[in-house]
Amino acid sequence: MSSLSTLTDAQLAARCRTGDAEAWNELVERFARYVYAICSKGFHLRDEDAEDVFQEVFTRAYTHLDKLRDDSALRPWIAQLTRRLCLDSISRGTREQPEAEPRAEDESSDLEEIDEAFAVREAVTTLPEACQEILDRFFARDQSYRTISAELDIPAGTIASRIARCLRKLREELEGRSEPSTGSRE
Amino acid sequence: MTRFYEEETLGSLLRMLPPAPEGWVQAAQELPRARQSLDEIVARAEADLEFRTALVADLEAALAQEGVEPDRHLIEELKRRFGS
Repeated sequence: MSSLSTLTDAQLAARCRTGDAEAWNELVERFARYVYAICSKGFHLRDEDAEDVFQEVFTRAYTHLDKLRDDSALRPWIAQLTRRLCLDSISRGTREQPEAEPRAEDESSDLEEIDEAFAVREAVTTLPEACQEILDRFFARDQSYRTISAELDIPAGTIASRIARCLRKLREELEGRSEPSTGSRE
Repeated sequence: MTRFYEEETLGSLLRMLPPAPEGWVQAAQELPRARQSLDEIVARAEADLEFRTALVADLEAALAQEGVEPDRHLIEELKRRFGS
């Protein structure tokens, strides 16, 4: 874990504003999955459109970071930017959209779920590195026990119990928080 | 208020955030360098009519000649600025 990964969103935004390239890398790393999920799971954009929106979100974040009035609102600001650009992409309709357009209420519940997922992911970063690694590989990267076993050099037969143990730790971490769904490092 | 999570729910939420494609992340991380290239190109085009003419005539060739990789977003931004 790099030292920058422990910075709050506000500290990270402030560092980026000074032109710190490492801080910018961390900002992209921190929010890449979130932006990607909003584009692909929240708005069901095709890959080409999702990529355009993804790059535009970070371009605008980079160029307009000095306009962010409250640095601790970095995540909601990025979320809003992403949602607006997804809607622009859909309304431009430059590329064919998926056959079944999601209904507004489905979209809104998907977006709420993505926010909740982000909060859970933030909690994962507080777990021991071995837990972070195994949970990420199994759930987010959808790797099989066999792949995890080979890449982490641990017996395949112990993976299920490791995952269960890490999930328990994660649950304890989340249940120890007072506001689990804000999802920001404040 | 504390929220209680089933482990199955946690698994589903973790699945909601797969990694973004590596190339997208890398391109976003290289933005500061790309913006710097862009600013330098724009400044030069504003000061150097010959370079500006070459840029408008064939953007990609002019960039390649300067040793700048003609990245898609850079090209689009320059097209927008110079209307080529």
